[in-house]
Amino acid sequence: MADLTIPERIPINLVVNGESRALEVVPWTTLLDALRDRLQLTGTKKGCDHGQCGACTVLIDGRRVNSCLTLAVMKDGAEITTIEGLARDGTLHPLQQAFIDHDAFQCGYCTPGQICSAAGLLAEGRARDADEIRELMSGNLCRCGAYLNIVAAIEQAMSRS
Amino acid sequence: MNNFQYSRASDVADAIRLLAADPGAKLIAGGTNLIDLMKENVERPSRLIDISRLPLRDVEETADGGLRIGALVPNSDLAYHPLIEQRYPLLASAILAGASAQLRNMASVGGNLMQRTRCPYFYDTTTPCNKRSPGTGCSALDGLNRNHAILGTSNSCIATNPSDMSVALAALGALVHIARPSGQRTIALTDFHRLPEDKPHLDTNLGSGEIIIAIELPPHGFARNYSYLKIRDRLSYAFALVSVAAAVDLEGNAISEARLALGGVAHKPWRSLEAEAALRGQAATPDHFGRAADLLLQGATARSHNGFKIDLARRAVVRALMQAASATPQSQAHKKIA
Repeated sequence: MADLTIPERIPINLVVNGESRALEVVPWTTLLDALRDRLQLTGTKKGCDHGQCGACTVLIDGRRVNSCLTLAVMKDGAEITTIEGLARDGTLHPLQQAFIDHDAFQCGYCTPGQICSAAGLLAEGRARDADEIRELMSGNLCRCGAYLNIVAAIEQAMSRS
Repeated sequence: MNNFQYSRASDVADAIRLLAADPGAKLIAGGTNLIDLMKENVERPSRLIDISRLPLRDVEETADGGLRIGALVPNSDLAYHPLIEQRYPLLASAILAGASAQLRNMASVGGNLMQRTRCPYFYDTTTPCNKRSPGTGCSALDGLNRNHAILGTSNSCIATNPSDMSVALAALGALVHIARPSGQRTIALTDFHRLPEDKPHLDTNLGSGEIIIAIELPPHGFARNYSYLKIRDRLSYAFALVSVAAAVDLEGNAISEARLALGGVAHKPWRSLEAEAALRGQAATPDHFGRAADLLLQGATARSHNGFKIDLARRAVVRALMQAASATPQSQAHKKIA
C-alpha cells in the first residue's frame, strides 16, 4: 500500500541574488517553481521543463544548472543567481549589454537562460573560440534562431572579461 | 510528479538503511534523469533519499597507479580534472560528448551509470513497454526503432543504454565499487550493465539496497592514441546513433594493445575481447580495422528502421581507430571529422 500521507512542508533557506530567503516547500517543488511561483522571480523561464531547452538556467554556487531538474529542498543553503541578480548598481552585466549590442535575441524567451548559461561559461574559462562557445552553449536552444548574434555577444563579453 | 517523502542521508550506511526501510525509495544525486522520469510518471518513488551531500567527491590515485573516482564527482568536474585530461583523455572526451554543460555540472558519475534508456516508448506511459511495465510487451519491435539496438537484443526489449561516459569506461577496463548492507563488492564496468534478455526492467546488476560509491580506473589510460567518435542527428546535445571509444598502443606501426567499445547500439556498452585480440600484432591499417569492426559487430541484427546502424557502426569503428592510431582524436568542439 502506497504511503498517501502528504509530507510536511520542509523549511529551507536559499540565498537568492545575495538575499537570504526563507521558505517552506513540499519535496517535489523544483527550484524553477520555487523561484517563479514562491519568490516571484519570473525572469527565469519555464520552457520544456525537462532539461532539454536551457531556458531555466540559473547559477547555483556559481555553476550553471537547469533549475527545472533541481529540487528546491536539495539546495537548502545554496547561493542562487538568476537573471535578476546579474546587474550591479543599475549597470547591466557585460553579457546583458553585449546581448543588446549584438541584437542577440528576437522573442527574448530563451534570453535569461542564455545569459545565465553564458555567465557560467565565462566563469568556467573553457571556451576559447567560436566553435567552443557553440559547443558549450548547446544546452540553450533559441527557437528564433538568434545563434549567430548570441555567439557574437558572448565573444564580446569574453574579450572584455 | 507523484507525492513522495524526502530524506537526506547522513552517510553511506544511513543511505543503505533508508533504502532497506522503504522498498519504493530511490536514491537521488544530480537528479537530471530521475526528476525528468518522475515528471513523466515513469518513475514514481515513495521516497527520495538525497545522497548529494555525502563525501564521495574525491579523485584519488590508487596504489597501483590508477585512479579512484568518488560516485558523486560531477561529470564536468571529472572531464576537466587534470589527471583525467592528462592520463585518461578518452574518458574526458566521452563525457564532454554527452548532454549539455548544465547537465554535466549537475549529473554525478554514479548517476551517469544509472541513467535509463531514452527509448520513446519507455517514456510514453500510454504504450506497452517491458522495461517500464514488465510483461506488457515491447512497442519498439514493430514500432519506430531507428534509434534502437542492433546487438544483444531480445524479443522483450531493443532499448539502448544512452551513456557516453560508460562507453569509455568499458574500453578502459574500469571497475565499479559498490557498498551494500554486508560490506562492499567490486565488479567490472562491463558486468555492471545487463543485456535485456527476458528481464529488461533490470538495467544493471546493482542489487536493491546497494549503492555505487566509486569508479576505479586501471593505470593504463591510453593517453597517446585514442578517440571518442560520436555520430548523432545533430552536432551537439543529442544521444548517439553510434559512438565508438577506440584506443591503441603502437610499436612503430604495429598494434600491441587495442581497446574498442560501442555506444548507442546495445543495452550496455558493447565491447568484444575477440575484436581487440584480432588487432594485436597487426599493422594499423584500415583493412585490419575493418576486420576488427566485423568481429565487434558479429551477430548484429536490424529491425525495420535501424539497419543503417550496422554499416554506420562499421565505418565509425574504422574511422575512430584511424583517428586513434594517428593521434588525432575527434574534437568534441570542432566538429569536422578528421
